[in-house]
Amino acid sequence: MAKKMEEYKWQDLNAGCVIDEPGNSLQYKTGEWRILRPLTDYSKCTKCGLCWLFCPDNAMRPKEDGFFASHPDYCKGCGICAQECKFEAIKMVEDKK
Amino acid sequence: MKILKTLEKYMEDPSLELVASGHRACQGCAEVLALRMAFKVLGKNTIVAMATGCMEIISTPLPITCWRLPWIHVAFENTAAVASGIESAIRILMAKGKIDKKWINVVGVAGDGGTSDIGLQALSGALERGHRLIYICLDNEAYMNTGVQRSSSTPYGASTTTSPPGKKSIGQSTWKKDMPKIAVAHNIPYVATACPSYPFDLFNKLKKAKEKDGPSYIHILSVCPTGWRIPSEMAIEYGRLAVRCGMFPLYEVEDGVYKMTFKPDTLIPVEEYIKGQGRFRHLTEKEIKEIQQRVNSEWEKLNKLCEITKP
Repeated sequence: MAKKMEEYKWQDLNAGCVIDEPGNSLQYKTGEWRILRPLTDYSKCTKCGLCWLFCPDNAMRPKEDGFFASHPDYCKGCGICAQECKFEAIKMVEDKK
Repeated sequence: MKILKTLEKYMEDPSLELVASGHRACQGCAEVLALRMAFKVLGKNTIVAMATGCMEIISTPLPITCWRLPWIHVAFENTAAVASGIESAIRILMAKGKIDKKWINVVGVAGDGGTSDIGLQALSGALERGHRLIYICLDNEAYMNTGVQRSSSTPYGASTTTSPPGKKSIGQSTWKKDMPKIAVAHNIPYVATACPSYPFDLFNKLKKAKEKDGPSYIHILSVCPTGWRIPSEMAIEYGRLAVRCGMFPLYEVEDGVYKMTFKPDTLIPVEEYIKGQGRFRHLTEKEIKEIQQRVNSEWEKLNKLCEITKP
């Protein structure tokens, strides 16, 4: 979607309200909701991927080196990754914006 | 990534996200997590019909969608009817040679209200007609979308806005409707219960459902931190507790044969599951005992069913 949602007028919508761009929610940055953010201690991380598997927002993403980092635009700061990490490698810290 | 290698047994492309980021689910929503996991297994070749409910409003506020699949929003009542229509259309188009003869998964998704209350009639019809579709019920145990109203899937004693506890009320006064058993009564090829806290169990069940030539019904318990009044990071843990205390047993029914897919050696007391949840905080020991008795008897019944139907 080229425009921001607020700039849309009803005349711009497709007939039948069909959305023709799959996955365009990526432009909606849910990261703004966050109070806490996950901070990974990479010396404890074993790259098991549990944080990636259990993230409801698909915000924990693999990096090129195989470790995982939360995406600042989409992480809502729910804390599931920190709770589910079996190696206590993830801590929730205050997110200073 | 080790986990991607492991997941390749269950799905074609584990890194494929068909439910994109940027959806508006609450923090720690296990329901959208269940969707994310389920559609990882079902893959790209899928058409979704989804009833009104949490997952519909958080995924597609017009003109935004988080779906990367053909997706249609339907009313509460007719999820299964629309899904069976899609299935029939695919069959006809295949017979006429207008599309390839590679099967397209047809999935109906609804919440517990859309399944066990409002959509039950259409669901029953679709299951009876034997369409090849996968029906996923995302059970968060109340109408969470409109602000926690009771549904027939709400457990006994839970506090919701329409079953408030007080001097003369203990909250929800009826027991949870046993939807999987209703689906089993239709003699369909596959019925299963699952929970995103046990991801590999969920993957296995969806993989099986995908391969069945006929209707399959998957009942997924999805913890709702907002409605259950628990901290958002505990969403996965409460799913685990629900399974381990026997409130939500994980089982599958394949052609009438019951099988427990996860059987804890000893059940933990239901109190451990109940005590941390705000929706149960008014319950006294007497009521918790009642719930414990009910859970025990249901658990025994299920075990007996597993024994009786063993081939």
